[in-house]
Amino acid sequence: MPSELVYQYFRQAKLPHIWCPGCGHGILMKDVVTAVDNLGLDRGKVCIVSGIGCSSRAAGYMDFDTIHTTHGRAIAFATGIKLANPELTVIVITGDGDASAIGGNHLIHACRRNIDLTVVVFNNNIYGMTGGQYSPTTPTGDFGTTAPYGNIDNSFDLPDLARSAGATYTGRGTAFHVPQTIKLIENGIKNKGLSLIDCMSVCPTYYGRKNKKGSAVDMMKWQRDNAVDYKKAQTMTEEELKGKLIIGEMYHKEMPEYTAEYQKLIERVGGAK
Amino acid sequence: MADKRFALLQGNEACVEGAIAAGMRFYSGYPITPSTEIAENSAVRLPQVGGKFIQMEDEIGGIAAAIGASVAGVKAMTATSGPGFSLKQENIGYAAMAEIPLVVVDVQRSGPSTGLPTSPSQGDVMQTRWGTHGDHPIIVVSPSSVQETYNLTVRAFNLSEKYHTPVILMMDEIVGHLREGVELIPAEELEIVNREWWPERERARHPYRMEPGQLVPKMTPFGGGVGYNITGLSHDGEGFPTNSNEKTAELMNRLFDKINKNLDDIVTYEEQNLDDAEIAVVTFGGAARSVMGAIDKARSMGMKVGMFRPITVWPFPEEQVRALAKKVKHILVVEHNNGQLVLEVERLAGGNCPVSLLGRMDGSVIKPDEIVEKLKEVSK
Repeated sequence: MPSELVYQYFRQAKLPHIWCPGCGHGILMKDVVTAVDNLGLDRGKVCIVSGIGCSSRAAGYMDFDTIHTTHGRAIAFATGIKLANPELTVIVITGDGDASAIGGNHLIHACRRNIDLTVVVFNNNIYGMTGGQYSPTTPTGDFGTTAPYGNIDNSFDLPDLARSAGATYTGRGTAFHVPQTIKLIENGIKNKGLSLIDCMSVCPTYYGRKNKKGSAVDMMKWQRDNAVDYKKAQTMTEEELKGKLIIGEMYHKEMPEYTAEYQKLIERVGGAK
Repeated sequence: MADKRFALLQGNEACVEGAIAAGMRFYSGYPITPSTEIAENSAVRLPQVGGKFIQMEDEIGGIAAAIGASVAGVKAMTATSGPGFSLKQENIGYAAMAEIPLVVVDVQRSGPSTGLPTSPSQGDVMQTRWGTHGDHPIIVVSPSSVQETYNLTVRAFNLSEKYHTPVILMMDEIVGHLREGVELIPAEELEIVNREWWPERERARHPYRMEPGQLVPKMTPFGGGVGYNITGLSHDGEGFPTNSNEKTAELMNRLFDKINKNLDDIVTYEEQNLDDAEIAVVTFGGAARSVMGAIDKARSMGMKVGMFRPITVWPFPEEQVRALAKKVKHILVVEHNNGQLVLEVERLAGGNCPVSLLGRMDGSVIKPDEIVEKLKEVSK
């Protein structure tokens, strides 16, 4: 029987979703609503903003105010929504290509401003919607339809990138590690500032097939067997961490938040009514 | 500035004052000459009235954040020029498709590419109409003076709210940097249009579903507790993606109908000295100022010349130009480009009278004397 949350937070008429069998995105989408439910947020004040790609179809299924925007621009749209009405909880659902390739500029600048958005990246290491091209998170050496001889690009570590750019909460979850991922999203929403949760999905259809990773179950087992908690990873050598996936909370620091600072500015110049 | 009724302002400054009078409380943009004063003045003025200004990381972010603010129910504007206007095109299409009220100011400069950043041009006539991909309706208005910039910015907001569409305020460097006396008509003396939304949640959940005779959606600001979806994909009445050809046709036809069935409300223009005119000069924006000087001079020389100036450039005043071509012996189009508006005029003249062009694309202003010379030439 489906979880109560499915009836409560999803648009029944829009299900089943369009994702491929075995895709990890459905699990991650439910993690997001579970986090919202656990926090007891007023759903009428929650907005979901997505870009373009597999990840971004999530917005259409989730029963909140939802906006499916243009490729790479979800964070910029979300910036406008949040600054216009800081009372809203604004959650961005984006993909690895959407967030860090075409949308990379918006990502780093939203981090720099520390605006109160929760960016949840459904990271499947590939462009799925267009059929399996390599993305900024495709590991070096892996294959995609546009990396037929192996990818020679280096890949982004998204939490690392976000932290360097000024994000105040970062972490990584996976489709397999459901309770941990929900907790990370909850903490990300609670953080008054830019939070980025890199959620490792599984894409058996394109990334998995191109790279001989086996079935969806095999890919989830790989996540289970190779995940290392961030704290533990600090005690391990580079050699020991080879081929491992570091997960968990990575960074949290309280810093002035953009919309709150802007409100102070309004008060300072006498614009508050 | 706000407490004064009369001021000496640049067009760009008047644009900001007009926007605030119209209810703009959000501006997001990126600095670019010759539109930068619009960003600078918005940064000063918006927090004074409780509004928000944000300098985004690029032009695309500038328009995206403005659309986001509008979705949250706040009247929003972004401003740019040539290269930045090119970058904004995708999201202009988004706002047209998703029917989000928005004002985009394009203070035209000389192009293509980086071109002549501080020089006047009117080379974006066709880009304002067709810059974003795909068929789409658009409203474009273009002021010729600082006062008109103030009034027309208010009108741009009103049209965007009324028709749920992006409206482009097509300025040019001439008007943007021109300083003139302007009456800052206070908001309470202006007609201000605000978007509407359904009071009942169940009805509000389907903002794109039309009642008989309705052409414009009623969208509740995000955070209003409704829970509805907005997308740039072809969508059905519920606001959800559809691959149906029928539903797509229904959507696209309605997008065009909401503009085309309201031309009497949307299309505005100015006519000067046309009653006895044998030659009509068709022009717009900053170029009209030289044309007005030229007409005075030509009239003093005994030439029967008048001016037709579209204030709403798109949709173009088709009916009026068709009639004009039947009335006069010659139409001269004056524009700071290599001939864009003239294509529309030729099409509408339909051979009823000859149409000539006085164009310019070297970044200099067409002077009244040059227009008078051209008038002499075409009247032979």
